[in-house]
Amino acid sequence: MKHNNFGYLLGEGFRAVFKHGFMSFAAISITVACLVIINSFLLICYNLNLTVEDVQKETRIVVCIDESYTEAESKSVGSDINLLDNVANAKFISRSEALQSFIGDSDQSLFEGLDPQSMRDQFEITLVDNAKIAETKSALENVTGVADVYADIEVGNALATIRTVLYIASLAIAAVLLVVSLIIISNTIRLAMLDRREEIAIMKMVGATNSFIRFPFFVEGFILGFFGAVLSFFIEWGLYELIREAILNTGLEVLTVVPFTEVLLPMAVICAGAGFFIGIFGSLMSIRRFLKV
Amino acid sequence: MIDLINVTKTYETGTHALNGIDMHIDDGEFVFLVGQSGSGKSTIIKLLTAELKPTSGSILVNGYKLESIKRSSIPYMRRTLGVIFQDFRLIENKTVYENVAFAMRVIGASNKEIKKRVPYVLELVGLENKGRRLPNELSGGEQQRVAIARALINNPTMIIADEPTGNLDPARSFEIMLLLEKINALGTTVMVVTHEKGLVDRFTKRVVHIDEGRVISDGMDGYVV
Repeated sequence: MKHNNFGYLLGEGFRAVFKHGFMSFAAISITVACLVIINSFLLICYNLNLTVEDVQKETRIVVCIDESYTEAESKSVGSDINLLDNVANAKFISRSEALQSFIGDSDQSLFEGLDPQSMRDQFEITLVDNAKIAETKSALENVTGVADVYADIEVGNALATIRTVLYIASLAIAAVLLVVSLIIISNTIRLAMLDRREEIAIMKMVGATNSFIRFPFFVEGFILGFFGAVLSFFIEWGLYELIREAILNTGLEVLTVVPFTEVLLPMAVICAGAGFFIGIFGSLMSIRRFLKV
Repeated sequence: MIDLINVTKTYETGTHALNGIDMHIDDGEFVFLVGQSGSGKSTIIKLLTAELKPTSGSILVNGYKLESIKRSSIPYMRRTLGVIFQDFRLIENKTVYENVAFAMRVIGASNKEIKKRVPYVLELVGLENKGRRLPNELSGGEQQRVAIARALINNPTMIIADEPTGNLDPARSFEIMLLLEKINALGTTVMVVTHEKGLVDRFTKRVVHIDEGRVISDGMDGYVV
């Protein structure tokens, strides 16, 4: 393509967007719809991932020592516990501390006369890797002097499973939606191009190169993708903040929902990348068959 | 210059369109290619414009060997030709000026070159005052003149006219032929494909007659069959 043509072809691409107003509107709308759906799934996954991490961070193992052990003997079990691979820290909780923790904020008078000896010495274990909680639990059970081990494996595991399923589902849905949007945009642009078929044939006949013919469609696709990306980005932002506010108002503290501003840059990059890919690739898919003159 | 040596073309359907055509056209010649419908005229044009490849034989057009031409070279070969069609093939939403300028845009001409060349060619074909009109505001003869202007705009060495008068009345047809003769006199090779015997016989030009994919006569004796 010669330098002289660049401005002309750029102008042709821009003109085409407005000339095929309805088709452009349809193409942009479809891009927006697809990107909003894809991004929504990505944001759900992102937030769920954070929730899982938070829950896993709070997951602790409580080890109860044999009730026949004295406090000194119980403390010595701590050295064996600390030798285990996945144990980051083992905090000793004496019987009286355990009782105090058990009573908590409740009415003290209800527990008057309760002997700390009815409790057991404990260790609160922090793990290096929360994913290995089940293995660590088994290892702790085999330590001499350990009577019982309590771990909230189920909640963490359930959330991790949901996250994995959502990851896979999101990837599958994103892939399907990308293909669907490509096909729809390609067909939309193809329809708009039908009335230019004769023009393309004439261009070929007077010696236009394929790149010369392609460029305005490339520009058209780029513009459609750009507008689709920008609109979907702001719509996503608005929707996300609305839903976030609704979730925060429910008081469900277990759910982590970050503000959109925290994911602004990655979202902008994803929108721009996907928008351009859909727009440009959709256009090029359409033009291919018109070049066989 | 055009050189066809023992060219055959068989379509995928099994139809033998050309059965060993030999034809040579020198630079500056004016040639009528005549024959009935189905004789192979259209196939020859498609071969000369590289829309089709020959089944066998050799085709040389303005220095390009079309039987082995690379896909990327086809646009450059086409720029050495100006092609005119029976149905004019103008872009309806572009003015006369834009239709002609468009062909210059395609080859990367600058605005300055376009502004200089288009009025000259429009004047050559007698449309100097119709530059702002749309094709549907013109008569058939005028539309064909626009198509001729477009074919001429890039100064091709050869004009191929495929039934250029097929949609015109006899008076307009004659005018178009006179215009093509004028263009030929300016040095451009002209090949006119037609089946209009009356028109061919009004000009004393070389006539190549084809029938059933073969050349059956070639000379200055008019439309002999």
